[in-house]
Amino acid sequence: MHIHKYEKIWLIFGLTTLLIFLSVLGVSAFYLGNQPPSCLATINPEKVDTTKPFNKPGLKKVKGKAWDYELVFVASAFNYNPGEIEVPKGAKVKVIATTKDVIHGFEVAGTNINMMLEPGFISEFETTFDKTGEFLIVCNEYCGAGHHMMTSKIKVVES
Amino acid sequence: MKTAALKTVDRRDGKLAMAHFYVAFIALALGGLAGLLQTLVRSGKFELPAGIGYYQILTVHGVVLGLVLTTFFIMGFQLAAVSKTSGTLTNRQRLIGWIGFWLMTAGTLMAAAMILLNKASVLYTFYAPLQAHALFYIGLTLVIVGSWLDGAAIIMAYARWRKANPGKPSPLLTFMSLVNTILWIVATIGVASTVLIQLLPWSLGLVDRVDVLVSRTLFWYFGHPLVYFWLLPAYMAWYVVIPKVIGGKIFSDSLARMSFILFLLFSIPVGFHHQLTEPGIDPAWKFLQVILTFLVIIPSLMTAFSLFATFESYGRSKGATGLFGWVKVLPWEDARFTVPFIGMLSFIPAGAGGIINASHQLNQVVHNTIWITGHFHLTLATAVILTFFGITYWLVPHLTGRTLTKALNKLAIIQAVFWAVGMTFMSGAMHAAGLLGAPRRSSYSEYGGAAQAAEWIPYQVAQAIGGSILFLGIILMLYIFINLAFFAPKGEEEFPVGETSEKAEKTPMVFENWKLWLGITVLLILFAYTIPFIDMIENAPIGSKGYKLW
Repeated sequence: MHIHKYEKIWLIFGLTTLLIFLSVLGVSAFYLGNQPPSCLATINPEKVDTTKPFNKPGLKKVKGKAWDYELVFVASAFNYNPGEIEVPKGAKVKVIATTKDVIHGFEVAGTNINMMLEPGFISEFETTFDKTGEFLIVCNEYCGAGHHMMTSKIKVVES
Repeated sequence: MKTAALKTVDRRDGKLAMAHFYVAFIALALGGLAGLLQTLVRSGKFELPAGIGYYQILTVHGVVLGLVLTTFFIMGFQLAAVSKTSGTLTNRQRLIGWIGFWLMTAGTLMAAAMILLNKASVLYTFYAPLQAHALFYIGLTLVIVGSWLDGAAIIMAYARWRKANPGKPSPLLTFMSLVNTILWIVATIGVASTVLIQLLPWSLGLVDRVDVLVSRTLFWYFGHPLVYFWLLPAYMAWYVVIPKVIGGKIFSDSLARMSFILFLLFSIPVGFHHQLTEPGIDPAWKFLQVILTFLVIIPSLMTAFSLFATFESYGRSKGATGLFGWVKVLPWEDARFTVPFIGMLSFIPAGAGGIINASHQLNQVVHNTIWITGHFHLTLATAVILTFFGITYWLVPHLTGRTLTKALNKLAIIQAVFWAVGMTFMSGAMHAAGLLGAPRRSSYSEYGGAAQAAEWIPYQVAQAIGGSILFLGIILMLYIFINLAFFAPKGEEEFPVGETSEKAEKTPMVFENWKLWLGITVLLILFAYTIPFIDMIENAPIGSKGYKLW
């Protein structure tokens, strides 16, 4: 099949940029470890309140791990527990969250923390809070009549 | 088939296509009104009367525009295109088409009744464990089964043409309709499986629990090819109809077929890019599907090249000189060209946004923010829908034996300008607010007076301004449609079917080898989904009971 010379140039240019782009994504994912939240751990959604670490939502300092703190959230229609939390600036934090009922979103506006919470699964994301200030947590997956009222807050304070 | 290209579509086939269009434009009216109300509510200056819920009208908007308008319009258009290019449907084919139409209509009414009774405010993605009334799921099933029957009529018409013309490549519009029908059937197997095997028995109380991740995965196995099912009919018009409208030739028949085959191969095994931020799926499998997602860029680049090559060749044949002299000689006063052309332009930012959304890491910044809503209002609600409007302007009068008058043609161009302006406001503001973190699918909220949420509100006011302009555009469109269907002067309107450039080479027969293309399609799907799907089932948590939280 004949392909016009200009079209060949156009496609070669397009494919080259595509390859470069995908290589950047691949290096970022597999070499630098920038993977989207993909925790494989499961949980019984009806026993969240009695399952560690969700029996004690909130911030907890940990030792001997690659992160300094664990920040545990439990979502249910239509709120997050805790409803507000302080985090020291510069701390390396692993956010761990799950839902007790339907699917919820967990998005910290103005940051890269954005993950789905699905019944039966635990969602995790490691991050460092570099800026002080108040960051709004919103549910960004429709969960029912009170979906837009579902919110929490992270206050990043000078340590 | 030179003589067939001059014929009008048979009246009986025209009636079948028009029946589809009536439902599609009723859906446009209802869904458009729902969309207007949503933008007004989100501006914070308006509340819904009579206890109507925001999420109820959001469900109406998504279901009637995303599923009903699109499926009815596309099937109507494809049936007309096949009848035009491969000859009048047989009585049997037409009967199957009618049964399909009535099943789809009955299903739509069932689902609509459940939404209006507030028994199914689950949005058009109906994610479990939110549980709608069983009749909602049965209604959606009927819509899909009905569309399969429409598809069967198209496949039978294709098979009949091939049998009558051995060794010849099928007419291009028939070939493209067939590819889109196959894409649709392969894709809808996913959503039909989750609805019939998981959600329906669960909503009827036959089983207690549902596997949420499996259901979502089956939904998105369908959800991404769904957008290509919307897009390919627009590409049919861009590749085949527009060259004829402007008086030019199709740049290359073979490359057009090749790009359609590539869309068939690469639009299905890619659903994970809608699930990038969710737990339970290994990130390596997500990445593999990200790569497959990006392979559709190849046929998209081919399409862009082919369209502009057609425009430029035509312009130069009219004596245009200079690098961009050909732009001036294009028929800008012709709505059949200008309206879809505005759609094509919107596809440039829309495609760029799509690349961001499907990127393994960038997605995290915009996932489920209103940026996404802004994105698909450029793809579906501008590029695709303006092209569908552009098709309406010649197809409806062609089928009803009327003409697009000068006045209606002018109104059609004004309609597209309204659309472009309204969408620039609405989609632009959605993209901007999304980058600041504003969530999608959310009613007006000040989030307890949070400073970040206050930044989003001016953008929501801009969305309401854009939404209002768009609604005026919808009223204009309905006025034009009703005129073309019932009142415009009698006459003959052309069904423009482009011819291939004399310089193009003969079309190879390999494109008609369905064993080969279906085989590769199935292999790619198995490659992308088998292992992660087995993982999901083997490591499944306890299932979820149903919730009605609206």
